[in-house]
Amino acid sequence: MTSSNSNTSSRWATDHLLSWFLWGTAMMAGTIALLIMVFLVLEALPALQHIGLVRFFTDSSWHPAEGLYNLAPMLWGTLFAMAGSVLIATPLGILSAIFCHYYAPPALAGPYRRLIELLAGIPSVVYGFWGLVVLVPLIGEVHPPGPSLLAGILILTIMILPTIALMADASLAHVPQHYLRGAAALGLPRWAMIRRVVFPAAKSGLFTGVILETGRAIGETMAILMVCGNVVQTPSSLFDPVRTLTANIALEMAYALGDHRAALFVSGLVLMAMIVALIVSAEWISRGRIYD
Amino acid sequence: MIETPNQSWNLREWLAFASVWGAAVLVTVTFCWLLGDIIWHGLSHISWTFLTAPPENAGRRGGIGPILVSTGLILGVCLAVSLPLGVGTAVLLAEFTSDTNLFGRLTRRSLDVLAGVPSIVFGLFGNAFFCKTLGLGFSILSGGLTLACMVLPILIRSTEEGFRAVPDNYRLSAAALGLSRTATLVHLLLPAAVPGLLVGLVLGVGRAIAETAALIFTSGYVDRMPESLLDSGRALSIHIFDLSMNVSGGDANAYASALVLVIMLLIINGTASWLATHSLHRKIVTV
Amino acid sequence: MTPLEPITVSHLHHPAGDRFGRCERQPFVEVDQLSLHYRGKPAFQDVTLSINKGCITALVGPSGCGKTSFLTCLNRLTDLIAGCRVSGRITIETLDVLAPGLDVIQLRRRIGMIFQKPNPFPLSIRKNLEFPLREHGVRDRRQIAQTIEATLRDVGLWEEVKDRLDSPALALSGGQQQRLCIARSLALAPEVLLMDEPCSALDPLSSGVVEDLIVSLRGRYTILIVTHNLAQARRIADDAAFFWVQNGVGRLIEAGIAKQIFEEPHDPLTAAYVSGMRG
Repeated sequence: MTSSNSNTSSRWATDHLLSWFLWGTAMMAGTIALLIMVFLVLEALPALQHIGLVRFFTDSSWHPAEGLYNLAPMLWGTLFAMAGSVLIATPLGILSAIFCHYYAPPALAGPYRRLIELLAGIPSVVYGFWGLVVLVPLIGEVHPPGPSLLAGILILTIMILPTIALMADASLAHVPQHYLRGAAALGLPRWAMIRRVVFPAAKSGLFTGVILETGRAIGETMAILMVCGNVVQTPSSLFDPVRTLTANIALEMAYALGDHRAALFVSGLVLMAMIVALIVSAEWISRGRIYD
Repeated sequence: MIETPNQSWNLREWLAFASVWGAAVLVTVTFCWLLGDIIWHGLSHISWTFLTAPPENAGRRGGIGPILVSTGLILGVCLAVSLPLGVGTAVLLAEFTSDTNLFGRLTRRSLDVLAGVPSIVFGLFGNAFFCKTLGLGFSILSGGLTLACMVLPILIRSTEEGFRAVPDNYRLSAAALGLSRTATLVHLLLPAAVPGLLVGLVLGVGRAIAETAALIFTSGYVDRMPESLLDSGRALSIHIFDLSMNVSGGDANAYASALVLVIMLLIINGTASWLATHSLHRKIVTV
Repeated sequence: MTPLEPITVSHLHHPAGDRFGRCERQPFVEVDQLSLHYRGKPAFQDVTLSINKGCITALVGPSGCGKTSFLTCLNRLTDLIAGCRVSGRITIETLDVLAPGLDVIQLRRRIGMIFQKPNPFPLSIRKNLEFPLREHGVRDRRQIAQTIEATLRDVGLWEEVKDRLDSPALALSGGQQQRLCIARSLALAPEVLLMDEPCSALDPLSSGVVEDLIVSLRGRYTILIVTHNLAQARRIADDAAFFWVQNGVGRLIEAGIAKQIFEEPHDPLTAAYVSGMRG
């Protein structure tokens, strides 16, 4: 019957059209990451050719106007800020999640979790602003000048805390209830149960949380730009002002030209390299852990 | 009653109790301090005029009218591009490719990397690709497109989860009735996956509206009322940054703008979690 | 493929005398040397079976012997399963079911399927019946309304739901849901109905109602029913096919008239199974 047949073929055409559309969208979405890498490399290429990778770590300082391109102080700034904030935020975040699950009275656990979710939603520029007008003057009173590595670490800690807290919360929620009942039946007190039963069962989730928060700490720009003082130097104390790689890009991109601009794209590449290294090492470690 | 034989148990338990509660109190206090400070200083400046008037004297006085418009336009561009791309990709990954499909696996991996890219790197990319290569200059269009790349992974992930939550027997019975894939998708799968899509959408909007670093050198700083999508426009987050860093005496308006931004985000996040629990509820009724 | 009759109400509306139609033992579906491999591992092998038009054929045998997989070959649902390979030959009248270029959408209209767990769509009762019809090109509102009423009457659901056609289908009881699913298949005017343990997820009372419904469809549709309930198979089946697992692979041991299979089976395995000694 013709009507039935034409109906069928038009439907097949719709299916075909839909499938082409979907493949097209997925193709585009999938190539964005590649496109980003390609453009970073393309834009960084002049600097890599004229200056060479080695000079980014051996030049005497960062003075693009005079042709000096040492990224090392800013790399240190990024690493110190990251390490400090991860060291503080990890225990705080995990303790927060434990509070929600095992210590808080039920009436408190819900609101506390909502509070962490709210913290996660606050934009970095607001954290930065608060750090600038509240935290920096406070630090300045204890030990001038105020804008410092310490301020950066504290603000970063507040910012990445929700990441680890929410991840830890989710992985604790996945610990099977019968483990806990078993531990309780053995008469283990609360902390002993958490240490012996909960941590081992939740460790892969906790580990993922640490990786995620580290990634956030490396990539954060605005908050740290607003409180760190942005002096290009390798910090010798917590109270020294520092400049991170991300802040450097945000500060100088507006007026950078030629090799200077290319040098900023090189620092973008360095950031990407750090993130990729983080992801790869995370997978490498967790692969080892699956089988133990 | 039996005494606990191990004294160190008691000490350890007590220490753990103290540090868990200590951490919780510390986090709560910090949060209240931050939010209280912004509400305290910001609330008195917020008025209808502040929300609608143009900024004066580099933002020290006046309002944020054009800035809200620019923010809305950037967001509009971002969604207009990321929504079809994101939903299309999610449908393909969830419904049209198997888990072992090479293309599917590559796309997923690529999206994972995209989710980890720092926002400042998105800014670099946007500047090089949209502003320079495509010749869009510092414009709302460039900023929106850059943000679209950024929110894509979030959007795709939660939409895909929405599709995966649809029970398989719907697909089987639809196929057994001889329904085409398009019909199955439009009539059955899409409605069932809407909650996941909405959660992703709201989370994406939240991320886009909070973003600063990716916009500084894509959408630009100009605080006039934008006349077209090719005009530069200043997003609310950049306004806060500029007032607090580059304009002395801009703190009062910065506080007010920060409060406006925080309120917007609280509404957005509230919607997301309401949607999430609401859809969960629906799922239970369905099963 | 054979051109299809357009869906019409007359197709569904049978005179009352025809309600308990008879099976005429005239081959309709021919299965020849059918095998199914899943990821290289055989699920069942070398099934050769002839299914009579208008008859109820019961497929019996222990779990895991490939009865359900066998059903899904007939409407090519196997296409949806990755790593699944079907070989052999299936013909319905002159139609080659396994031909590569076949329009599976039209095939599945000719062959309805009822699943073990009732699976109405999360839509209203009316929409559950209306939307597949519309997708198959029936646009006329009056015709749709008539088809809905006729099929719901066929499955004995009309009186129960006629006042709440727009309420959600998922609010119906399990037995009602299953009858709705049967109605949904019947609305497309299929020639063959595949039923995969349609009563096993229902309570005994609903199970009885659905069983009576299946019997009432005899003669009008060619029905293949997988069941673990031997008593049910004895009650309703005209023909029977007995499957068994040998070396981890499903095989057809014996097929024929139900009465013969259940009362004087040729194969000792069949005899042991139907007398409840094995399986």
